[in-house]
Amino acid sequence: MNYTDLIEKNILLLCYLIGSITFIVGLKMLSHPESARKGNLVAAAGMIIAIFATIFLYKDDSGARLGNYVWIFGGLIIGSIVGTMIAKKVQMTAMPQMVSLFNGMGGACAAIISIVDFKHLMHLGTISEEPLMLLVILAGLVIGTVSFFGSMIAFGKLDGKINDKFLPGQQIINIGLLVLIAVLIVAIMAGWFASPVVLFYVLLVVSALYGVLFVMPIGGADMPVVISLLNSFTGVAAAFGGFLYDNPVMLTGGILVGSAGTILTMLMCSAMNRSLTNVIVGALGGNKTGGGATEGTDQPIREINVSDTAVLMAYSKNVIIVPGYGLAVAQAQHICNELEKTLEEKGVEVKYAIHPVAGRMPGHMNVLLAEADVPYDKLLEMEEINPEFATTDVVLVLGANDVVNPAAKTDKNSPIYGMPILDVEMAKHVIVNKRSMKPGYAGIENQLFYEPKTSMLFGDAKKVLGELVTELKSM
Amino acid sequence: MEQLMNFFTENYDMITIVILSIFLGIEVIGRVPSVLHTPLMSGANAIHGVVIIGAIIIMGQAESDDYVALILGFLAVILGTLNVVGGFVVTDRMLEMFKKKPSNK
Repeated sequence: MNYTDLIEKNILLLCYLIGSITFIVGLKMLSHPESARKGNLVAAAGMIIAIFATIFLYKDDSGARLGNYVWIFGGLIIGSIVGTMIAKKVQMTAMPQMVSLFNGMGGACAAIISIVDFKHLMHLGTISEEPLMLLVILAGLVIGTVSFFGSMIAFGKLDGKINDKFLPGQQIINIGLLVLIAVLIVAIMAGWFASPVVLFYVLLVVSALYGVLFVMPIGGADMPVVISLLNSFTGVAAAFGGFLYDNPVMLTGGILVGSAGTILTMLMCSAMNRSLTNVIVGALGGNKTGGGATEGTDQPIREINVSDTAVLMAYSKNVIIVPGYGLAVAQAQHICNELEKTLEEKGVEVKYAIHPVAGRMPGHMNVLLAEADVPYDKLLEMEEINPEFATTDVVLVLGANDVVNPAAKTDKNSPIYGMPILDVEMAKHVIVNKRSMKPGYAGIENQLFYEPKTSMLFGDAKKVLGELVTELKSM
Repeated sequence: MEQLMNFFTENYDMITIVILSIFLGIEVIGRVPSVLHTPLMSGANAIHGVVIIGAIIIMGQAESDDYVALILGFLAVILGTLNVVGGFVVTDRMLEMFKKKPSNK
């Protein structure tokens, strides 16, 4: 290796080191509200450095540089333009499916790398000499493929294009597919067949099938957990790529996301008081045996109209708004902010109570309300706000359901039993805005709606809030 | 067994990196407020887009007459870029919402 080569190699490694450090620092900054945005940019800068260093400085073992610059830059440019366009255009309510979509792209990328490397290995004919290499390729293929197909299904489900489907004996089929994947890997590794090519593509198909069937039965409310899990899968797949190319930045980046993603998945599960197995096996997904609260359907409910609500709220000392997915669907976050301001002008103290899984993803509701200029310090997390309900005059529940269902505390048979909820029933008055009496995502009745202190305000959140603001302003 | 031991000694550095990275990932995410779960997941999603580097390498090493490798590599580069660019832009858009605004009026 001559001196120039040595310098180039060192610059490349230095760039990779910078990349790894920015990923770590970026993730760290992303976990604090004040520094989060900068953290994202730091990680992005590290990524750009690593990408360009690879393009211009990477050399293989024989010292040959990369070629096909036209193709590389073509791909980069197309991907950048399309990616930016999709990411900029998407509605804030559709963010969860976007994360899923982009995650799937990464998974597919990892799978393709494995396919190309496998072909390369076959071409060289050194397949039996490199068992470890082969194992890494196969693992990357399986995980990348599962991640891609799973993410696409999750994307379709969150986007409302695919419904929950539960095949009879689904769990047995899924376990069977996993076993088949393991057998295929062993078969390829052990060289049971003269040519492993066919087996390799069978493995690809079986992995794809598993990805689809793995996500298919999981209920929409659990989708964030699944996406987070698939996210960490893709991280691991990227790390396998790092092993293949002896590439430190891919390795650290991938493993970092793999482990951080796993922890994040656990955190999300614990916010819902569910175990990961529970989510995957899908106690909520398939059999909606609704627990004890279902017999409450013929109990009387009290309806309230907009002007009574306005009077009640205007003469309260304090109001807590509990936003749910219904608010997001109705795109009512801006008018909700207006309601808050109108009430404050009348001297009413307004706060928001954010359940950890409000909306479709943890933190989703915060993003939506922040978009509508609701100040960050008005959004209180469950632990902070729960003691305040007892001294609150009016709670306005906007399109939330399961997160305020007292069955989670009282009914041992309820599927959501044990999930921490917002203690809205402690307040003096509870006004629930919903479009109908239809049960929430978990498909269970909510006893809260039949409480004597609860009044139902039916209608689309955006329309109702609009009327409410007009009414309040004319008072 | 001998193979395994050889593997361990040869790849000791990488194994160390992997294990330390696992702990680092756990440590870094440890106490994140639930408000940030979605942006954090999205940011992590963008970071595993680092797989693009593998895509660039296979693209750059493809023989110019091997059309299958060229097309697959090209596809991988596009998909990887989508992951990186889309991931970071979406995360930025989410976090843009969090910036503190003066409590107006």
